[in-house]
Order: sequence, then structure tokens, then C-alpha cells
Amino acid sequence: MKVFIEHLNKEVDITAKNVKELLNKLKINPGTVIVVRNNELIIEETELDSKDKITIMNVISGG
Amino acid sequence: MPCKKCQTNPVIYYPGNNVKLCKSCFTKYFEKKALKTIRGFNLINKKDKIGVAVSGGKDSLTTLYILNKLAKKRKNLNIIAILIDEGIKGYRNFTIKDAQKFCKEHKIKLKIFSYKKEFDYTLDQMVKRLNKKPCSICGVFRRLLLNKKARELGVNKLATGHNLDDEAQSILMNQFKRNTSTSMRMGPKTGVEKHNLFIPRIKPLYLLTEKEVMTYAFLKGFNIKYTNCPYAPEAFRNNVRDLLNKLEEKHPGSKHGLIQSFLEILPLLKSNYISDKKIKLCSQCQEPSSKETCQSCETLKLLKQKHLNISFTSD
Repeated sequence: MKVFIEHLNKEVDITAKNVKELLNKLKINPGTVIVVRNNELIIEETELDSKDKITIMNVISGG
Repeated sequence: MPCKKCQTNPVIYYPGNNVKLCKSCFTKYFEKKALKTIRGFNLINKKDKIGVAVSGGKDSLTTLYILNKLAKKRKNLNIIAILIDEGIKGYRNFTIKDAQKFCKEHKIKLKIFSYKKEFDYTLDQMVKRLNKKPCSICGVFRRLLLNKKARELGVNKLATGHNLDDEAQSILMNQFKRNTSTSMRMGPKTGVEKHNLFIPRIKPLYLLTEKEVMTYAFLKGFNIKYTNCPYAPEAFRNNVRDLLNKLEEKHPGSKHGLIQSFLEILPLLKSNYISDKKIKLCSQCQEPSSKETCQSCETLKLLKQKHLNISFTSD
């Protein structure tokens, strides 16, 4: 699936069965981001499909 | 597994107590917690005129939204947004537009004050001329301008968008650096010394995490694209933030625990506070200061000297 990591302005192609595994593979702490699919928020246990387009947004303030 | 309360798709997961909340339940929970913070710490009184310090980011816009919502219910409560334009090229000009758009949409009065107009220099120009950390230069002028302009606008409280993560980081940073006097001035309602020229500051998002604020801002459709102040990377805060986030992942509830224990000892810290520096009025600008000349006037004097030196050299 295609995953856009907003704060890094980077897109990666990756496979993961759910959000928890996705973040784990990308070494991203779940407490520091929100994850969006089709303009809807999804949580760690949400199952993912290879055709999904995911956006990861950092929650840390930019100063 | 769906939302614990209403069996629909969850938008947030709390690993500490294994709770999932849907959009509707989370929004209600978030607003209730902000209002509970306001009531619990007595942040707002009837007939207050609140100035909300906005940057255009998620935290300040959420604070503004929550307080504006409250003001619609309480007729005597007045809200005004105040934005300080430091003059940071490629950053602040974008966030100003976001704040202007937001205030227009929500019919909130917005006042913008710039360093350039008030002090003759943008932050970018100050940073070039002075051999000081940008954040420490910025902080001095921002504090002064917010306080002064709030007073001129008839504001009696200034609300900021500080959230639980910001506060937890500051608590630890002060502990590590032994800044006890700074710790005393923290909390949901800041200030340890009262002075008629100081406008008290309040933090309605004090008990809400950064992730909760971001989730709320996203669900409300606020424009929350990622922007980063070019001067922001403050190594020490970043390290403390990473430390806390790693700890929170392994031991959920650690940040809340830190905040709650700090709130328990805060009254003791304040009661032990003995000021050896009486608040005076700055001999130059007549603003409150602990010294004869305040830090912003000292910095401006230095800036002007450097300016003259540069002019002479180039002649």
C-alpha cells in the first residue's frame, strides 16, 4: 500500500496487516501521529488492504 | 472492536485503559475535559475579556474554537484573537493566512501585531544581528508584545494553546535544569506574582494530550497541515519529548501522572516563593520589569548599536 508520511514529505510502498504493524515497521510511535484513510481516522487495530492509501500526520507542534 | 460507548468506528485508542472512542463520543469527551479544566482551575470568570494568542497551528486554533463556543453560550464573555507576527520568512506568513481564514469563518475578531512595526526589526533581522538563540530573543519580545497589546485591547486574561505534552516537557526540563523559579510560574493559570500591568495567562488544553488536540482539530476540519518554525529545533526539548513519548508507549499514563503530581506540589512551590526582585517599571518603555531596564529594551539597544556598527563598517 502507499503511505504518505506528511511531516517527512515522503511516500513509501509497504505491506502491513493493520495500523499497529504499519507504524511498527516504520518505527513510528503511535502516540506521536494520527493515521488517515479516505479522510477518516483509523486506529492501531484497523485492518489494512494493499490498495489502501494512507496518510500519517505528526501531532507534534511546529513551534 | 467498535467504540465502547456507541458501537461505531473508533477514531482514537487509549492503550492505558483499552478504550476506543468514535468521532461523536471523542468530540464530547474532549470538549467536556476542556470545560472541566476551565471550571476546575477557575480559569474564566463572568465578564472576562479573553485574548487568545493564536499562531494558526492546531493548538491555538482549537483553544480559540473551544473558547468561542463557550462565549456563544455566555453572553458576558468576550473573545478576541491576537496574533504576533515575528517576521519569520517562509513560515509565519503562511500561518497568518490560516489564522485569518479561521477567524473569518468563525466570525472572531483578529488583531495582528508585528515585531517589525513595534520594534523596527523582524525576528529574522534580529537573529542575523545578535549572537543569541532565536527562541530566547523571540520569547522576550513575544511576551512583552502579547502582554502590552492585550492590556491595550482591554483584555483581562490571555489564553494560550499549551497542551499536556508541552507542560510535561517543561516540567521535566525545569527539573533537569533546576529552574525552580520557572516551575513555580507554570500550571493551568500562570504567574506567581500579581501586578496590575501583568495579564494572567490561562491554558484550557492543559489536561489534553497533543494527540487528542490533533485528533479533535482533524475531526473539526481545521486546516492543520504540517508547518515547522525554521528556528524551532530546540535540541533539549526534542530530547525530553522523545524520552516522554517512549516512556508513555511502554508505560501508558506516565505523562498524566507527571502532570498530576506536579499539580499536587505546585501550591507548595508557590507558598515557598520569596521574591528577591521587586517588580519595577522599565525606565525606557514603562513595562513591568525586574531590572531598571527590561530585557527587550536592552536587546533593542544592542540591536541599534550593531546596526550603527554595520553602517559605519560599510561606509
